[in-house]
Amino acid sequence: MTGREQLLWVVLPYLCLVTFIGGHVWRYRYDKFGWTTRSSQMYERRILRIASPLFHFGILAAIGGHVVGILVPKSWTESVGVSEGAYHVVALSLGAVAGVCTVVGMALLIYRRRTVGPVFSATTKNDKLMYVVLAATIVLGLVTTVLGNVTGHPHDYRETVAPYFRSIFWFSPDTARISEAPLGFQVHVEMAWLLFALWPFTRLVHVFSAPIGYLTRPYIVYRSREQRPARRGWEPVSRPDQRGR
Amino acid sequence: MKVMAQMAMVMNLDKCIGCHTCSVTCKQAWTNRSGVEYVWFNNVETRPGQGYPRTYQDQERWKGGWTLNKRGRLALRAGGRVKKLLSIFSNPLMPGIDDYYEPWTYDYETLTNAPAQQHTPVARPKSLISGKDMKIAWSANWDDNLGGGPTLTADDPVLKSIGEKIVLDFEQTFMFYLPRICEHCLNPSCAASCPSGAIYKRSEDGIVLVDQDRCRGWRMCVTGCPYKKIYFNHRTGKAEKCTFCFPRVEVGIPTVCSETCVGRLRYIGIVLYDADRVLEAASTPDDKDLYAAQRSVLLDPDDPEVQRAAEEAGIPRDWVTAAQRSPVWALINRFEVALPLHPEYRTMPMVWYIPPLSPVVDSLSTSGHDAESSGNLFGAIDALRIPISYLAELFTAGDPKPVRDVLARLAAMRSFMRDVNLGREPDVGIADAVGMTPEDIEDMHRLLAIAKYEDRYVIPTVHVEGADPGVLAHRLEESATECSLDYDGGPGMGGSGPFGETSGGATPIAVENFHMLKQRQTGDTVVDPGDRSKRVNLLNWDGKGEAKDLLPPRAEKDEP
Ligand code: SF4
Ligand code: SF4
Repeated sequence: MTGREQLLWVVLPYLCLVTFIGGHVWRYRYDKFGWTTRSSQMYERRILRIASPLFHFGILAAIGGHVVGILVPKSWTESVGVSEGAYHVVALSLGAVAGVCTVVGMALLIYRRRTVGPVFSATTKNDKLMYVVLAATIVLGLVTTVLGNVTGHPHDYRETVAPYFRSIFWFSPDTARISEAPLGFQVHVEMAWLLFALWPFTRLVHVFSAPIGYLTRPYIVYRSREQRPARRGWEPVSRPDQRGR
Repeated sequence: MKVMAQMAMVMNLDKCIGCHTCSVTCKQAWTNRSGVEYVWFNNVETRPGQGYPRTYQDQERWKGGWTLNKRGRLALRAGGRVKKLLSIFSNPLMPGIDDYYEPWTYDYETLTNAPAQQHTPVARPKSLISGKDMKIAWSANWDDNLGGGPTLTADDPVLKSIGEKIVLDFEQTFMFYLPRICEHCLNPSCAASCPSGAIYKRSEDGIVLVDQDRCRGWRMCVTGCPYKKIYFNHRTGKAEKCTFCFPRVEVGIPTVCSETCVGRLRYIGIVLYDADRVLEAASTPDDKDLYAAQRSVLLDPDDPEVQRAAEEAGIPRDWVTAAQRSPVWALINRFEVALPLHPEYRTMPMVWYIPPLSPVVDSLSTSGHDAESSGNLFGAIDALRIPISYLAELFTAGDPKPVRDVLARLAAMRSFMRDVNLGREPDVGIADAVGMTPEDIEDMHRLLAIAKYEDRYVIPTVHVEGADPGVLAHRLEESATECSLDYDGGPGMGGSGPFGETSGGATPIAVENFHMLKQRQTGDTVVDPGDRSKRVNLLNWDGKGEAKDLLPPRAEKDEP
């Protein structure tokens, strides 16, 4: 393992993961008020109506695909009788649909952000950075897959990227595997690490507030008036018999 | 029986002069910040008219509130939980900024730094959304006083649902003002629509609030509220709504809109209700029975059984006493003159209205009749079909009977009290005709016409373990006047958290207002006043503090 591999595939990923987890914990405690989707629907809704669902459903499908493709070892799918060929066809076709939806949706969203005045002026530097990293990750992922298949040399990432990714969580990173992957995949993975590091500090945090609880909670929420603790210096001092306005 | 207390309001529409003082003072107190420029927790709309946001009452289009589904069960009109989650990425039923209006300011700087020229320089309107020059084409009360009618007025959804041809000529039509705040509903569809569960009803006083730390900006509440009284802060990405000025009512002071109301037409008090019966009442099959159903949920605070149940439910004694003295309860139940706004939305709204007699009185006096004689008034109430059905469409889901009864009671009070005031023997027959006693009429007159401050507002204070009202009052004063920035987790000198203006803890509104005003007076651009100082906003400048850039900088004098 060279020093460079060490840096790229061990040090950086762990740094990013620690930032990802620590960042979320810290932000949740410090900045609940800033934890929002910051929707821009008020400013513009025509493009958003198409682009946003396209992007979001696309990326949800893509994430689902990644979970199956990366977290589930190849040996498992094969043991239940799914051949590599069959897996590849399904993954590629579903993945392509999801990928194209995501990219088209994203392109429309970015176009909207740039051209619709109010949306553009509501875009922070933080958003811009996030968009670059997110878009780069997504586009790289799609392009690598598509190119590999078009040129007739589809790469079986389940032999390289997937075992490497899982090995991160056993704390014995398999850098040899990832080093065998084509360059496109490698860059995609590095971008993804960076994205994870950036995640807690951007509006991407809204992913973690997906309101699943809505399906089961009662419609009307009752809450008692909070007993706000008296602020330092304002604790009650007067005796009840001395009160007055 | 599960007794709960509800802070409620009644507005006496006859006295509203449409001055918008309530809206303006509310705005100064609560929504004088960027991101909520277009937000009016309190707005006053001319009826007939489109309302704010325009045509919000058209539930065929906006799908707010509840409805009964095919099985007769209560369901959100915009769709259930699964449908809500599926449309979360783009809510098709949310009004856009153009349905409200594009907020603006004026470019006052040109007035002070324009070069010498033949024509007077003009301060041009600048959009507060995009910062660009804009043409002002709509606002929160564009059709005030039937302005723009009959073209604009004809789009009033209430007029449409009456389905009659109505003369909208100024001379022949009727008109009144409808001030609106959040209804603090017993069955709030805003809360039911919130995927995050951030909107809650306070169990002590029923005030409906948005938890700013839990709101994630999914925007479903905006659709859910049929009164469109939830607004989206486009800057922070969170929902905001009328708070019933809870820091004030907690210490026994009326809301800002009530306190400043020029017509002194607002009443605040507690009503007790049976929380177990709300769902059942809201599911009443016929829309026209909803007014009665809503009243039946309220409990009589003089009933010993209710008092016992209230005690079991932990409602303090003084709250029950306050409920007995509540002007709201009296107007709804004893005098039966207060009606809920749009009960057919099935949210059980808790801001009630005394419908205006003025259309009737006006039509009598313009035609030269004695508008204080009970015979004339009763006759006119029966003859004036259109204003009555309009009021019925607003307050009783189209049933004219309760509206006619209320107007008859108001008319009876009017002619009965004329005799009293002129020192004549009042006609007891008038009181009888509307099923009231002379004492009832005089009490109602005291409450409605004399309307003493202590009678209008009966607000019990909160009970806080270990804190007495003095401390609470102090805290209120502090939240209204203090500009110190050392509150816990505060961002310091008008700055912000590390992720831009909207991050960090929520800033107390008073602090935020202070900085907003200061920055806006001297801000560089129209839209983002966060930068360097340059612009002077004369509207906000009180003449006291420095307005640095009002005058060009003094030329540096060379020291001799
Ligand atoms: S009126 Fe107020 S409480 Fe009722 S649904 Fe609308 S926002 Fe909620
Ligand atoms: S301040 Fe009172 S009188 Fe004036 S518009 Fe508001 S409710 Fe009407």
